[in-house]
Amino acid sequence: MTTPIVTTNNTMAKNSAATPLRSKPKQLPFPLNLYQTAVGKKWVMAVTGLMLVGFVFAHMVGNLKLYLGVVTHHGERIYDADVYAEFLRNLLVPIFPETVFLWILRLGLLAAVVLHIHSAYALTRMNINSNDRYESKRDWLAANFASRTMRYSGTIVLFYILFHIADLTLGLIPGYDWHHGAVQSNVVGSLSNPIVAAFYLVANVLLTVHIFHGIYSMFRSLGLNNPAFDKIRQGAAAGISGLILLGNVSFPIAVLTGVVDYDVCAEGVTASEENSCVIEESHDAA
Amino acid sequence: MSQTLNLTLKIWRQEGPNAKGSFESYQANNIPDDASFLEMLDIVNESLIENNQVPIEFPHDCREGICGTCGVMINGRAHGQEIGTATCQLHMRKFNDGDTIVIEPWRAAAFPVVKDLVVDRSPLDKIVEAGGYITAPTGSAPDANEMPIPKDVAESSMDAAACIGCGACVAACPNSAGQLFTSAKLWHLNSLPQGQAERYKRTEEMVETMEQYFGSCTNHGECKEACPKEISLDFIAEMNKDYMKSKVKNRKKAGQK
Ligand code: FES
Repeated sequence: MTTPIVTTNNTMAKNSAATPLRSKPKQLPFPLNLYQTAVGKKWVMAVTGLMLVGFVFAHMVGNLKLYLGVVTHHGERIYDADVYAEFLRNLLVPIFPETVFLWILRLGLLAAVVLHIHSAYALTRMNINSNDRYESKRDWLAANFASRTMRYSGTIVLFYILFHIADLTLGLIPGYDWHHGAVQSNVVGSLSNPIVAAFYLVANVLLTVHIFHGIYSMFRSLGLNNPAFDKIRQGAAAGISGLILLGNVSFPIAVLTGVVDYDVCAEGVTASEENSCVIEESHDAA
Repeated sequence: MSQTLNLTLKIWRQEGPNAKGSFESYQANNIPDDASFLEMLDIVNESLIENNQVPIEFPHDCREGICGTCGVMINGRAHGQEIGTATCQLHMRKFNDGDTIVIEPWRAAAFPVVKDLVVDRSPLDKIVEAGGYITAPTGSAPDANEMPIPKDVAESSMDAAACIGCGACVAACPNSAGQLFTSAKLWHLNSLPQGQAERYKRTEEMVETMEQYFGSCTNHGECKEACPKEISLDFIAEMNKDYMKSKVKNRKKAGQK
């Protein structure tokens, strides 16, 4: 014989008309049933967020190649950033044909972005729908700028990413001479425009703010709850997003100040090629 | 020697669930500074009654911070400015003479106003009813220490059990999320041997009931600051972990479905 022990907290339960705001959906098969719930969507947000932070970090590190200028690659004088771009297109060749693995990575990122945005959208709607506004002014104790602006920083970052792809990956933004694969000249061409550079600066600050709260939240959403993490959580979030910020805002500044530039004459096959710039340079060297 | 305070109160008045509410101003004079916040409202109500006015309805019961009945928004903070203190244990000495105090009921779509400062918090009961119990064999009392529970585990469970269910977490949350409450109720039982039999069923049921009424957690942390029992945010992580496990485990075999 078993007897359930029920503890209730508020005495008003008996005569209340507390109607649910939403009904329980019919359960889909695993793992879709997870995505039907808010806690499951938070898992998806955290996992896709982790993938995207990883990408942003690697992207920033890759961009540091802009500072290395021209290198000799297979006997050719070429900008290191362009070598790196070539390397990415040749990832895992010959297991995969050229650019195939790069496309697999891109599709993975695209899926992560779509899921991240969809879960954010669905949860935001749920939150707005659960909320009832206070008539008096709230006095926030813990919520910070980053946590309260996630939906806005995220939206602006989305537009920034779309612009960034149209600008440097597809060359659709007029204003400079875009060439496929010419990373250094494209970046310098685009960011020489102070308006574009300013947009990149602002967007990257917002991206950092977004990532800061994202990293901080991720542990809890994923149920990673070691008291040892608690002490480093905020520090880790600040450290990683700080590194990303430093790297990313340095690029537009470096282009505007001329630290990173593009010089047609610096590139070329060999000094014997009939390239006037190269010949001049070799004279200088002599 | 106790001092007295003269205060201006802006209090939300609303006749019923469907009536339109608004802030009314009241002058509260000669309030002793050793009165509690609720005693201050009592004094105001006495003078309203003397003047043939309708007294202010506010939630209260034990007045010693253990029942979870009291709770209003005071100057934009749930339970007022004192950390880890329920409204009934907030004292007027924490305020200054001449202060203006704004008092508003908890706000959440699932907490409709009943009257003035009283809201209906029964969705919290619905969450507890969904799984906040254990199945205990009846019969003769078990021997003491028959079931060993490490001290740390017992303490962690007790920290969660300290939740008095006042709803300040929901009220303070910008998303009106019930995560802190639900996770405390879950960890109270999920951390103990007695709670293992129904652990994953309980987690699944209580989380899904919570989601019918409340918003989703975005990790602001306002709930913990508002909580009169300072319930830890770590319980939310435990809830998320157990919820994932509840979906992943083959619970048909474990006899929990
Ligand atoms: S009246 Fe019981 S906790 Fe405040």
